[in-house]
Amino acid sequence: MALSLSTPAKSAGRATDPAPRDSPLRRKRNRERLRNLGFLSPWIVGFSVFFGYPLIATVYFSFMHYNQIKAPTFVGLRNWRYVLEQMPLFGPALWNTLWLVVVMVALRVVFGLGIGLLITKIKTGAGLFRTAFYIPYLAPPVAATVAFVFLLNPSTGPVNEMLSWVGLHGPNWFNDPDWSKPSLVLLSLWGIGDLMVIFMASLLDVPKEQYEAADLDGAGAWAKFRYVTWPAITPIVLFAVVTGVVQTMQYYTQALVAGKLASGVSIGPGTVIQPGYPDHSTLTVPQLVYSLGFQNFNTGAACVLSLVLFAIAMAVTLLLMRKSVGLIPAED
Amino acid sequence: MTTTTLTRPDTAVPSRPSGADAARHRRKRILNWIAVHSVAVALALFFVLPFVFVLLTSVMSDDQAMSGDLWPGSWNWSNYSTVFHTPGFLDWWRNSLMYALLGTVFTVCSSVPVAYALAKFRFRGRRTAMMLVISTMMLPPQVVIIPMYLVWAQQFHLSGSLWPLIIPMAFGDAYSIFLLRQFLLTIPQEYIESAKVDGCGEFRTLLKIVVPMAKPGIAAVALFQFFYCWNDYFGPQIYAAQNPGAWTLSYGLESFKSAHAVNWNLTMAATLLVMAPVVIVFFFAQKAFVEGVTLTGVKG
Repeated sequence: MALSLSTPAKSAGRATDPAPRDSPLRRKRNRERLRNLGFLSPWIVGFSVFFGYPLIATVYFSFMHYNQIKAPTFVGLRNWRYVLEQMPLFGPALWNTLWLVVVMVALRVVFGLGIGLLITKIKTGAGLFRTAFYIPYLAPPVAATVAFVFLLNPSTGPVNEMLSWVGLHGPNWFNDPDWSKPSLVLLSLWGIGDLMVIFMASLLDVPKEQYEAADLDGAGAWAKFRYVTWPAITPIVLFAVVTGVVQTMQYYTQALVAGKLASGVSIGPGTVIQPGYPDHSTLTVPQLVYSLGFQNFNTGAACVLSLVLFAIAMAVTLLLMRKSVGLIPAED
Repeated sequence: MTTTTLTRPDTAVPSRPSGADAARHRRKRILNWIAVHSVAVALALFFVLPFVFVLLTSVMSDDQAMSGDLWPGSWNWSNYSTVFHTPGFLDWWRNSLMYALLGTVFTVCSSVPVAYALAKFRFRGRRTAMMLVISTMMLPPQVVIIPMYLVWAQQFHLSGSLWPLIIPMAFGDAYSIFLLRQFLLTIPQEYIESAKVDGCGEFRTLLKIVVPMAKPGIAAVALFQFFYCWNDYFGPQIYAAQNPGAWTLSYGLESFKSAHAVNWNLTMAATLLVMAPVVIVFFFAQKAFVEGVTLTGVKG
């Protein structure tokens, strides 16, 4: 099973012995060092300028009062206290984000795996089905969200219309605080294509002999899944969970667009929208960062919040990664 | 890389049992076939119907689009030209294309050498470098956006344009570096060695030997980056929001709906126009795409 993300590269004669100054070996090594730096330079510059610097600056601003007009002034832990203890929207935003992380990731993995399993069993028209399942993943998130706000519109949307044919009274979807997050989950299940492909590839990699052996033992479908398929694909499932958690921590566009459109507010210049319609039920932490930093110009608090996001994302990733040694390309 | 065929490998045909047993087997197989395919069809409807409804609504008249009808009474294809004639819409197209094309070219050109070095050169700190690449890939963009915005807006006065999004792509993109490295690892070291024996310099080896062999990987990265830029909402919202002339399709679409508060038909037409390039490109490049997804996922 191919999971270590690397193939052991052939050792290209690494020179580690100390060599006298000006020896050809030494010169070769210096040349190599220069070459390495040269090839890596775009990333070294990019990493320091677009990642290292702003990360440090975020920490700096988190201790400053700064409205992007007057020079920043030092306020110690005030921003931190404000965000963690007083800010009314912090609780709901964190709750929504964590809710989405748990529910969305779990359902996506289960649903993606289910479709992956199904598609490996399809004998007729497999290509057609695959394309049908995959295409929604490509739809631009804004476009997909706009479409779903329309489809799930409680009074004029086709979904509730169809539900009424079978005598069901559809919910208010994006307009009901209890249904807005499930509606977002539905939207994300529609775009399951990437997971489907990953699961499909790993399912096809499970050695066939193992299934044949299980057949000889008279194993049923469930036993085969439990004892042959599952052990072979757990690393990929874990990978899907890690990347799913990371993606959902960043959940932004769909929640924002759905909230705005469902609220029916027409957005002109100068309109400040309370994000998270209805009742802050779709407000996520990234949205709160945006609205603090770019609408309220409370730079300090926004930086605190982005550091909180950073900390949670790091903690979750590390925790999951520890359980999944081998996901990180290891060599040397 | 193990080449994964994404089609189901032929199952070995077991020796046929005879008589009643065979009939029972046949019946079971047929029932199984029916069960699998009915589930697949039902699911396929879930995935396809949204597109169908969006398409049907996009050609309805203004009134009908508000009515909850599913089938258009008349086919108003002119809705599409109305959308194109909405002020700004063509600008958004141009901006989206510029962002996506330049972003893709920059990303590929800057990420290939980095990925090559990480895959094929041996040096101290390579593992650390790889970990750093992966961790930047993992982190929400919101974490670093505020200081970055301040730099672009206050030092370079580039807010109100897409340049703050395009320029950084000339300095490598973590996701692309990661994906390309995975791909380059699969190129046998011997090819590179023998190119060097033949007197090729590092850079020529990369251009003449490695890049042609890595074409599928590069194609996948290019596609992903193109779609990333085309779909990006957060970036344009941060930097281009104040200046509608710099909006992209993805960003403009939502305000399009707000401005046409009641016109679901026009909005759905616009929605399809935003999706169209992505879907069209996908049909031309399916293989590279699926390969890319698989590669970032699991292969090694």
